[in-house]
Amino acid sequence: MNFMLFSPALFILSGLCALLLHKYNKVSNCIGAFGVVTGCIAGLVSLFNAYTNPESVALSVPWSIPYGSFSIAIDAIGAIFLFPIFILSAVCAVYGLEYLRHYYGKKNTASAWFFFNLLIASMILVVISRNAVLFLIAWEMMSISSFFLVLFEGEKKEVAKAGLIYLIATHIGTLFLLVMFVLLGNEAGSFDFNRYQITAGGLLPSIIFISAVIGFGTKAGFMPMHVWLPEAHPAAPSHVSAVMSGVMLKTGIYGLLRVITFIEAPCAWWGYLLIGIGMISGILGVLFALAQHDLKRLMAYSSIENIGIISMGIGLGILGISTQNPVLAILGFAGGLLHIVNHAFFKGLLFLGAGVVLHQTGTKEIDVLGGLLKKMPVTGFCFLIGVAAICGLPPLNGFISEFLIYLASFKNILAEPSIAIVSLGCIASLALIGGLAVTCFTKVFGIIFSGEPRSSSCQNAHEPGMLMIVPLIILAFACVAIGISFPFILPKADRLLADITGISPDLIRTVLSGTMNPLIYITTAGLLLYSGLFLFAVLRRMLLKGRTIDSVPTWDCGYAKPDPRMQYTASSYVQPIVDFFKGILRTQKHGCELIEYFPDSSSFKTKTSDIFQENLFAPILAFIHRCAESLKWFQHGKLQVYILYILFTLVALFIWKL
Amino acid sequence: MYAKVTQLILIFLISPFLFGVINRIKAFFAGRKGIPLLQTYYDIFKLLRKGAVYSKTTTWIFIAGPIISLSALVCACAFIPFAGHRAFFSFEGDIVLFIYLLGLARFFTVLAALDTGSSFEGMGASREVQFAVFAEPALFLSLAALVRITGTMSLSDIFANTTINTLTTLDPAILLVIGALFIIFLTENSRIPVDDPNTHLELTMIHEVMVLDHGGIDFAYILYGVAVKFWILGTLLMSIIFRTNSGIVFFDYAVFIFGMIVLAVAVGIVESIMARLRLFKVPNLLIVALALSVLALTLTMRI
Repeated sequence: MNFMLFSPALFILSGLCALLLHKYNKVSNCIGAFGVVTGCIAGLVSLFNAYTNPESVALSVPWSIPYGSFSIAIDAIGAIFLFPIFILSAVCAVYGLEYLRHYYGKKNTASAWFFFNLLIASMILVVISRNAVLFLIAWEMMSISSFFLVLFEGEKKEVAKAGLIYLIATHIGTLFLLVMFVLLGNEAGSFDFNRYQITAGGLLPSIIFISAVIGFGTKAGFMPMHVWLPEAHPAAPSHVSAVMSGVMLKTGIYGLLRVITFIEAPCAWWGYLLIGIGMISGILGVLFALAQHDLKRLMAYSSIENIGIISMGIGLGILGISTQNPVLAILGFAGGLLHIVNHAFFKGLLFLGAGVVLHQTGTKEIDVLGGLLKKMPVTGFCFLIGVAAICGLPPLNGFISEFLIYLASFKNILAEPSIAIVSLGCIASLALIGGLAVTCFTKVFGIIFSGEPRSSSCQNAHEPGMLMIVPLIILAFACVAIGISFPFILPKADRLLADITGISPDLIRTVLSGTMNPLIYITTAGLLLYSGLFLFAVLRRMLLKGRTIDSVPTWDCGYAKPDPRMQYTASSYVQPIVDFFKGILRTQKHGCELIEYFPDSSSFKTKTSDIFQENLFAPILAFIHRCAESLKWFQHGKLQVYILYILFTLVALFIWKL
Repeated sequence: MYAKVTQLILIFLISPFLFGVINRIKAFFAGRKGIPLLQTYYDIFKLLRKGAVYSKTTTWIFIAGPIISLSALVCACAFIPFAGHRAFFSFEGDIVLFIYLLGLARFFTVLAALDTGSSFEGMGASREVQFAVFAEPALFLSLAALVRITGTMSLSDIFANTTINTLTTLDPAILLVIGALFIIFLTENSRIPVDDPNTHLELTMIHEVMVLDHGGIDFAYILYGVAVKFWILGTLLMSIIFRTNSGIVFFDYAVFIFGMIVLAVAVGIVESIMARLRLFKVPNLLIVALALSVLALTLTMRI
């Protein structure tokens, strides 16, 4: 166990060292990254220890903070979150080593390492802490350190705005968590997690659950509490965006799962609620993603989509527990949890890939890029794997987790109508999300990596150094490996599922062995696919041997002088869908009215802003602003009058006590 | 096992033949003599003998596209029952893998099209993914309706249990599913009224324009893939409508193959007597398919 604490300590220590040595860019950079990598390896080792002998992993020390105790433990639920945290953080640290080199002399990279290391340490602490006070401290540390990372380029106006939105949103979330923990602590008479045990029935469990959904959902990015996400993720440096999107959002899901274990039996409507949130986040997330022009903003919306899929899986699981349907419970949770790990890998990969594009071309505007596959073949190949995985295509990892959620739904089509209708809703939403995701990510890959460069920014692009490429390769390999080897991994998840669902391990093993058959077939089909690929490629090569292979310009129906500007753009590619959903997306278009027969220069611009921010939060904030405005006569900053207020108050109190 | 291998070989051998049938029907309506019934085979073999011409813009994606698409479609064949007999592979939930394999094929066809940098191919790709957004949920829901009707969860079981007998009891839900599947079948195979497979160069085309720059062996792969896809999706339809369960395997096979030819004739007739829809009306057609499958599902919810 002490070994487990060793890794956060190492993170913080190396972060501090990096900060102290900030004058020597290279040294502090190396210390920061080295601390993360060794800390993560130590963490993985202790995670493996915890798996082999689960009894040895708890520690509880009294603490001087009121209601606090320094209790930590690792259990199966924590482990499934720690695993991606360690892997993705290590990989991103290596990547950051080269990524931040670009900022030497311009920025304080040492402070970036300090906050990065602090962020990872606090994420680990969030997952292993077993006391509400400790949890909230770690939670707050996580929010603050990521806030400073978002502000890395804080001199830019939009970055400063993004940081502010993030800070406010995350604290509104924390507010609900505070309420929730106080309610829980009040009931249990302690703030230690192992004392929390809420019996079912009454209003209290539901109030706690709703606070958890709002509080943790704000961090996770449930719609409509997601508004900070598309602002903050594009602003942070790419390796930080990868960690934030890949694993930090998931701490919200972790909190929700942890709270569910406190409550004796969940109600069915919680499941319906989470499924509903999942459908809305999933469909709207991907719709908004495909309308974006900024690569990293697009990725942020796609994270909301994936959080939606995870939420659907967990919702089905809760529905399964409350209706005593073990198959639904186990498959729903298994799909949701696997998607958590999978999303960490492929979204991490995509954010790091987007970082390479940004690093090499200086822009994240999709419409000015193009033809990058020729200039960076390895990055492009890894990015392609990430894109295919996030679309849920077989035989990659994204397909497996979506398949488990599909399977949970299909198995319950035959149940009574209320559950059957929900299951059908899940199937239809997942299918719609799948179709839209294919649109969104073929656009991303096709416009950025294929075709001809659309502007001069792509001219000097080339493959980055090994430190940035190797992380991409590792993550891409993980996506392929999980996709093929999942039947060997699933049986190991019995303890995890038992902890969450409260179903007996024997029953879980029975259900899981029933799921093995489909999974083995999927692996077989995957291998068949790879061998088919090999076979057809070899056949093509054999047939082409000795024949002429010509190279000419793209035919384009006979244009004599094709120009890169003639190519389809990202906006034109998605225009039919954006127009079809214009009631939701409300894309604003500027320009493009051709009046004369020979129009000269013209411009066209589209922008899709967030409807929830524009139509829900902006009016509320404006209202608060107006109310505050009307209090201005009272709060004007004149010190003398404030002293007068104090005097009046004292006199009033004096009279009251008299 | 032998039977299953025979089924697969039959699918691989016969599927290009159906395009010949469609062409003959269209020629008949137009008062022409028409191309040979085996023309698709001739075309494929001719293309396999050719060299290659690649655009300077393209990368390995352009070459990989047809290879991956064809592998995905061939893989999907393994899950398709033949004449109501069990498919090569079948498991609970193979519906999902089956539809996603079709999705994989589409994904790489689209990427290969975008790889050329041609605005025409971009246009085709854009339309293809747009229609898929509507067609995929419709396909999922119509198969879900069949799951609910038959009470089984794999393609092989579903189509072993829905026979001509289910039809004669006139369950309206089945009729609605057949309607939905027919629309999806026409869309996914790029036939009229959604797409016109004949003219390669029109701006209005979808699938044909995406493969405009492909030639030689790559195009042979694409052509063969299209034929296999036609068979795969046709099977979903004809396994319900047109097959016998006599106990004599080869008689069943023959009837089923005849059924597929009847389907090709029907497609030929539709193409001869109908015009293509205006492009922005196509989503409406697909929403009709979606509505039909939702309606079918609603009917199955009766207690």
